[in-house]
Amino acid sequence: MKYAFETIAVGIGAFLALLGVAFAKDDLFAAHMWVLFFVLLAGTVLLMRRINFAAPATQTADDKSGYLDGVVRYGVIATTIWGIVGFLVGVIVALQLAYPDLNIEPWFNFGRMRPLHTSAVVFAFGGNALIATSFYVVQRTCRARLFGGDLAWFVFWGYQLFIVMAATGYLLGITQSREYAEPEWYVDLWLTIVWVAYLVTFMGTLLKRKEPHIYVANWFYLAFIITIAMLHVVNNLAVPVSFLGSKSYSAFAGVQDALTQWWYGHNAVGFFLTAGFLGMMYYFIPKQANRPVYSYRLSIIHFWSLIFLYIWAGPHHLHYTALPDWAQTLGMVFSIMLWMPSWGGMINGLMTLSGAWDKIRTDPIIRMMVIAVAFYGMSTFEGPMMSIKAVNSLSHYTDWTIGHVHSGALGWVGMITFGAIYYLTPRLWNRRRLYSMRLVNWHFWLATLGIVVYAAVLWVAGIQQGLMWREYNDQGFLVYSFAESVAAMYPYYVLRAIGGMMYLAGGIIMGWNVLMTIRGHERNEAPIPGVAPVMQPAE
Amino acid sequence: MSLLDKHGIIERNATLLLIGSLVVVSIGGIVEIAPLFYLENTIEKVDGMRPYSPLELAGRNIYIREGCYTCHSQMIRPFRDEVERYGHYSLAAESMYDRSFQWGSKRTGPDLARVGDRYSNEWHVEHLTEPRSVVPESIMPSYSFLKTAPLKVANVTADLEANALLGVPYSEEMIASAKADLAGQADPEADTSGIEERYPKAKLGDFDGDPTVVSEMDALIAYLQMLGTLVDFSTYDEAAGYR
Repeated sequence: MKYAFETIAVGIGAFLALLGVAFAKDDLFAAHMWVLFFVLLAGTVLLMRRINFAAPATQTADDKSGYLDGVVRYGVIATTIWGIVGFLVGVIVALQLAYPDLNIEPWFNFGRMRPLHTSAVVFAFGGNALIATSFYVVQRTCRARLFGGDLAWFVFWGYQLFIVMAATGYLLGITQSREYAEPEWYVDLWLTIVWVAYLVTFMGTLLKRKEPHIYVANWFYLAFIITIAMLHVVNNLAVPVSFLGSKSYSAFAGVQDALTQWWYGHNAVGFFLTAGFLGMMYYFIPKQANRPVYSYRLSIIHFWSLIFLYIWAGPHHLHYTALPDWAQTLGMVFSIMLWMPSWGGMINGLMTLSGAWDKIRTDPIIRMMVIAVAFYGMSTFEGPMMSIKAVNSLSHYTDWTIGHVHSGALGWVGMITFGAIYYLTPRLWNRRRLYSMRLVNWHFWLATLGIVVYAAVLWVAGIQQGLMWREYNDQGFLVYSFAESVAAMYPYYVLRAIGGMMYLAGGIIMGWNVLMTIRGHERNEAPIPGVAPVMQPAE
Repeated sequence: MSLLDKHGIIERNATLLLIGSLVVVSIGGIVEIAPLFYLENTIEKVDGMRPYSPLELAGRNIYIREGCYTCHSQMIRPFRDEVERYGHYSLAAESMYDRSFQWGSKRTGPDLARVGDRYSNEWHVEHLTEPRSVVPESIMPSYSFLKTAPLKVANVTADLEANALLGVPYSEEMIASAKADLAGQADPEADTSGIEERYPKAKLGDFDGDPTVVSEMDALIAYLQMLGTLVDFSTYDEAAGYR
């Protein structure tokens, strides 16, 4: 009986959620448990419909022999959908800043929507992309089926449950107020279980590999998984007020709490949004370009120095705060050093195209991957620059920081993921090609121009904000009230929302393209570019 | 055989790769964070810091629930313009009982580290209900629902006990009278001498203009009105506090 155990487990979970509602110590916990109950109830019903009462012997043996790709297919779909959701919420919060009447209290006020946006893009879009691609890559490069049977499915569905609980929690008002670690203690515990299962699946596959060498992409995926486990557990140490209540108090206070949080926060960027996606880069760029990785030695040096240096960079989020100066300086120095391994990775990615640069003209997927690496290089230069204390004194607390994050997140993380999705979709569903390359091209240009608008606008906005706050007149008085600096932001907030809409439009086009490819359609269109170049004789 | 050639050993052994990565990523955090727990000069010696009163703590939890930290910092940096705009730069001591800390990372709105005593209670009620009625340029959302929501704290004693467990110096007396203090601080009729003694400088009386109920608005304003007011800077030694 396939799915019998799963159905019973999810059903018991639904019942426990109902008990949670009944015995909840506070209203928010009760509301959150109602959400959990209905989600698990729906899961139970769906599973019951799929129970197969036939004897297991009817399953053919080769079901278990090949790669486990079903979970990767689901991952690609989840990445696409969560991406569009995350971008959409981003556009909404951007518009809320320009037009505050768009806040609908209490559930859809900016303060609750903003964590929804960040978690949706970082954890739902980025996390699903990482899980799906790591499962795909580790099987191919190890020539082994995923370890642990259906454990990979548990990772996938458990992670979706985490996303739903985190997202609904924010809107209800359940948050730890730790940036990018907002979910409360019980959701954190659930993520810990899922993450350990993820580590077991990935590590188990590495251990049973048939290739003698572990491919470089897997180093990055493995470092990402183990480091996120460490960061997540330490940063979320807290004492719950009640076993059946939503509230907890952090194990650390004040200055220690601040540095622990930004040690986590910066390495959520460093390992979740960088190391994991570098793993993606190291597999999909060589594959799509059909060229080997540029330098094996560079990948060794850049891997170890990147993971060693990144973890020190957290204090640059706390420049000129009440954090002791020695810690700030240490954070700054290591942030600047981090520039080098970051560019080592960029060079290794870009130079992989040696001998295949012409593909940028003919292959929009390669173009997407190249622009991703280019944005990676740009934001890993901008980051160390902003970590210099003198620069940071101007940029900190302003929209420049937001612009910087987005050139990394939209440019690097988004673009490399889009490239991977376009690579994976036809292969996973056994299609000859994507539904439309022209649509990929449209996506590329909408996304790229969207980022350029977004980042450029927020540079101007952030620097203007910083300068207005510190502007003195001849008599030695501050020139601007804070409210005037808010009013000055209006045109930038509108333009930034337009940049975000362009990026969202690109995401929707991708969703359509992926859907049509899965359904097996092929758009009748002229190839890119139309005419092959004519060879010229040397002079 | 150069060092890089030996890397092949790690590449063929997944366990070594896992342990090696974990060791390498542990170092930075240990060197930077661990000393903050034992270096004595990390937190300055000041007079006046005390744990939050039950009502302030409830207000603080509303501040967290609504995500105020996404737009407001509580950390004044030691620059001329910030000190003139917001007041004395923030000390580590001022957030020593903050679990989680609320330093923030973005100033879409102004810093709130010393917003206490800057505006009247009436101004806060007006501002939280309809921000643009008092600050036309404001882009803050409205929080009018706080005024109609009665403050519901499931078990304030448990809140104080959880903090005490983590080292916040709540005395047995504070914990025992937590429930009465929660209701009493915003009640103009109540005898507040005990609260004043336990929580010096606590703001007393009705905050939201409706003395009949303790609302979420009462709690939030009680918290905002005490922010940055505790430390006695007349006795603070700048030179000794510098690190």
